[in-house]
Amino acid sequence: MKHIAIGILGAAALGFMASAASAGTLDTVKQKGFIQCGVSTGLAGFSAPDDKGEWKGIDADFCRAVAAAVFGDGTKVKFTPLSAKERFTALQSGEIDILSRNTTWTSNRDSALGLDFVGITYYDGQGFMINAKKLPGVNSALQLSGAAVCVQSGTTTELNLADYFKKNKMEYNPVVFEKLEEVNAAYDAGRCDAYTTDQSGLYGIRLTLSSPADHVVLPEIISKEPLGPAVRQGDDQWAHIARWTYFALLNAEEAGITQANVDEMKTSTDPNIQRILGTEPDGKYGADLGLSNDWVVNIIKAVGNYGEMFERNVGSGSPLKIARGINALWTKGGLQYGPPIR
Amino acid sequence: MASQEILREEPSRGSFINDPRIRSLFFQTLVVILLFSSIWWIVHNVIENLQRLHIASGFGFLRSRAGFDISDTPIAYTSDSTYFRALVVGLLNTIIVAVAGIVLATIVGFTIGIGRLSQNWLIRKICTVYVEIFRNIPPLLVIFFWYSGVLAVLPPPRESIHLPFGSFLNQRGFYFPRAVWGDGSWLIGVALLLAIAMALFVAHKARQRQKATGQQFPVFWTSVALIIGLPALAFLLSGMPLTFDFPKQSTFNLTGGFWVKPEFLSLLLALSFYTAAFIAEIVRAGIRGVSKGQSEAAAALGLRSGPILRLVVIPQAMRIVIPPLTSQYLNLTKNSSLAIAIGYPDLTATAGTVLNQTGQAVEGVFIMMIAYLVLSLVTSFVMNIVNARMALVER
Repeated sequence: MKHIAIGILGAAALGFMASAASAGTLDTVKQKGFIQCGVSTGLAGFSAPDDKGEWKGIDADFCRAVAAAVFGDGTKVKFTPLSAKERFTALQSGEIDILSRNTTWTSNRDSALGLDFVGITYYDGQGFMINAKKLPGVNSALQLSGAAVCVQSGTTTELNLADYFKKNKMEYNPVVFEKLEEVNAAYDAGRCDAYTTDQSGLYGIRLTLSSPADHVVLPEIISKEPLGPAVRQGDDQWAHIARWTYFALLNAEEAGITQANVDEMKTSTDPNIQRILGTEPDGKYGADLGLSNDWVVNIIKAVGNYGEMFERNVGSGSPLKIARGINALWTKGGLQYGPPIR
Repeated sequence: MASQEILREEPSRGSFINDPRIRSLFFQTLVVILLFSSIWWIVHNVIENLQRLHIASGFGFLRSRAGFDISDTPIAYTSDSTYFRALVVGLLNTIIVAVAGIVLATIVGFTIGIGRLSQNWLIRKICTVYVEIFRNIPPLLVIFFWYSGVLAVLPPPRESIHLPFGSFLNQRGFYFPRAVWGDGSWLIGVALLLAIAMALFVAHKARQRQKATGQQFPVFWTSVALIIGLPALAFLLSGMPLTFDFPKQSTFNLTGGFWVKPEFLSLLLALSFYTAAFIAEIVRAGIRGVSKGQSEAAAALGLRSGPILRLVVIPQAMRIVIPPLTSQYLNLTKNSSLAIAIGYPDLTATAGTVLNQTGQAVEGVFIMMIAYLVLSLVTSFVMNIVNARMALVER
């Protein structure tokens, strides 16, 4: 029901919003003193509340990084959990300032939905998970003809699933829920044979099942799922801040700046590090973005660099233990590449 | 009319500001102008804001390829069909569950309602407990009760419960053999129609004869014999053209036969059992509302208790029952949108998916509102016709 409420509220908001050009998001955010960040309703490694009710994960940390860049304080974030269906309306209607919710970047979302994607914080692909104990002998997604497949509605996953089975001339029975917890519960109860979503998501979900060891993720990756944060279209300044926060995280990792050594690094004489950390004499890269010159220092102090964020939330420092893979820096054979700050 | 004449006879009140007719005309015009200008303002603002936010608008998306699959499709639908067709599938699913729910709720509700007035202590108490339980639990919880509490704990597909007649029950739903009609089966359909027509004719003739002579004719049993007998005869004559497609075990699940999914089943059961509790109370109130003198007078005329109920009490009770019953039918239809919680692809769920895949929230919500409005108005319209036929005809 909630998505209807948001839909109606969104529609109503569009109706009553003053038609005069509104103030930029940066000004609004500074005025209210925090960033409203749209996250998932609970996906381990990306955005999920821990036992103290604090939001953890790459997506949650990205919002903290933006807050650190704007306020110099990574805690000035409020989180709004959103279902797949609610997320775009929430951003469009101004309920949230940034959508950082394992959302796939597609041309349609970028152009027709009034969104502006700022980068790819996680390169993902869609996979399948099955209960190997109940279905011994199934070791490929191509053996899934006739299976009941659990999927979350309103996602690119739902569309890829239809395409994949059609392309391979296989039949399936979609079991579609709106909320992630409902899909998880249905799969765990045995309502479906397979679960499909982004592979990183599958590893996260597996941990929450009643007996994680029984479930295997099948090897096939059936789609490209570049996940990243998005902001409202038409506010270039705010989009630049979000985009360069992401690039700053990458540049910091590349330059070896970490949460632990950032204060030492401020005395570095390396011109590249000086530019990144705003210690270069007469440098005003932060001010050009509408931020303070030590914006990157604040980001790194709040969440660390991209690599630290990755390892802490989904990598070796987390129960998910996902390898960097294509999410490694370009210098290490991955796809993460941050344009220079200069 | 009368008041207008009186007004005309009154002497002038001096100023037209004090003239009640002009005043009322003025305020009515003002309200209409305000109403329409605020509607115009909202519509205009929505369009302007959508453009400013770079969000696509308009209903052109209905013709694009949907790209997603739907689990229950009463009409042919694939991921290549249009968004419009997806919405139609959703609407049909809503109608199916609403109509089936209304029928089931009415049957259960009438049974329980009459049961609450039973002379038997046990039946009366059981019915009271039923009403008090289901009436006081939110419908969403009843849906979850059936879905997670009853159907989800059934065994997995490989350990299905075998039921008589080749039916199976497991956590993926209820499977039963599907009738496959062979050549010459049209004869059976024709025979059935013929039998119904003959039964109606017999009933008509019997009524005429009773009016003329007072003699009764066993209409009910004749009709039963006709409606069962004629198609059965046709079935034998055409060489029994009926085979069954039995559900069979395959890799993942049972295939073949007719499959009712747990989402539909739990939604149907929850909606009808929930609404039945209200209908039971309406029926009880209706029967209680018929004054005792009516049945006493019927008894004095020599009618037995069966005919008293059928000919005297129920027709009068129906006049009290039907208007609130209509509201319950509307409630049931609207409550079917709770299907989204368990993944039954009704209109709300499908339109929600369309809304999200296209990002056109305003249009999506608008379509949903119009569809539910039309559904409710049609239900009201039909029930108003029924009500008009039942209403007291004053002579």
